Amino acid sequence: MFKVKVLIKRRPSILDPQGKAVEKGAKLLGLNNIRDTRIDKYIEFTVDSDDKSAAEKEVNEYCKKLLANPIMENFEFSMDEIK
Amino acid sequence: MNPKFGVVVFPGSNCDHDAYYSLKKILNVETSFLWHKDTDLKNSDVIILPGGFSYGDYLRTGAIARFSPIMDKVINFAEKGGFVIGICNGFQILLEAGLLPGVMLKNKSLQFVSKDVYLSVCNDNTIFTKGIVGNKIIKVPVAHGDGNYFADEETLNSLIENNQVVFRYSSEAGEISELFNPNGSLENIAGIINRKGNILGMMPHPERSCDPVLGKTDGALIFKSIINNGFN
Repeated sequence: MFKVKVLIKRRPSILDPQGKAVEKGAKLLGLNNIRDTRIDKYIEFTVDSDDKSAAEKEVNEYCKKLLANPIMENFEFSMDEIK
Repeated sequence: MNPKFGVVVFPGSNCDHDAYYSLKKILNVETSFLWHKDTDLKNSDVIILPGGFSYGDYLRTGAIARFSPIMDKVINFAEKGGFVIGICNGFQILLEAGLLPGVMLKNKSLQFVSKDVYLSVCNDNTIFTKGIVGNKIIKVPVAHGDGNYFADEETLNSLIENNQVVFRYSSEAGEISELFNPNGSLENIAGIINRKGNILGMMPHPERSCDPVLGKTDGALIFKSIINNGFN
């Protein structure tokens, strides 16, 4: 079994209005040095398999076909075996 | 013979009844609902993917709906040349399914936009727009938070070169500029078509401007165009 942690980030060229809106909140808090706030996605799950390469293949497919949209997002993930 | 329409119902669709009502009661064409878990298109000639918040817009708008059992059939139907219109969330589903190119981002203003807009018909030689005559400007409402159309430069150029941009946000007089862009879409894009010309995606809601009691009926021109031009 593997514990998987996926990080999905919008491509740098894609506007992140949510990050912009939250950063306005920082200004209201008096935090004037905050810049470039980006809100992305962090997803965790487990893969019920003992075969690391097969599990990796499944995670890749999950990321490419569903979790991330390659037109606007990049993804990276880590896998740790759980005993 | 009039075509038969099928309106797909996803969990979270909320314009399915508007589409059904406009087609069946205002335009008097045979119309059925198609449940997302079914795999039968009920002999429909035209499939409508309606607006709403399918699967709660979780992950990304349209991302989960595109894996519904009915969507396999819709994709297959579309690839064989069947007519499909995705409206609002339906357009987002078509993008996620890869039936049309590009993605929808959050509106540039950060706000949900709900108002009437004017659309300039940029390609009147499609089954969906042939019936729009006169000055080719129609008034149709928008209601969305994620309608900011984006595509990479290559995709955008190919859309323009192949005349696939069907509707652009404009003024009542047809002026296309940032001033009349409700959501930040590239090139004021409000609706696009695939290269073959059988799949239309649009953010504005033609089904909400069919019944004269609502004070606007331009949306009906799109449905009438299909009814009168696609099946003779």
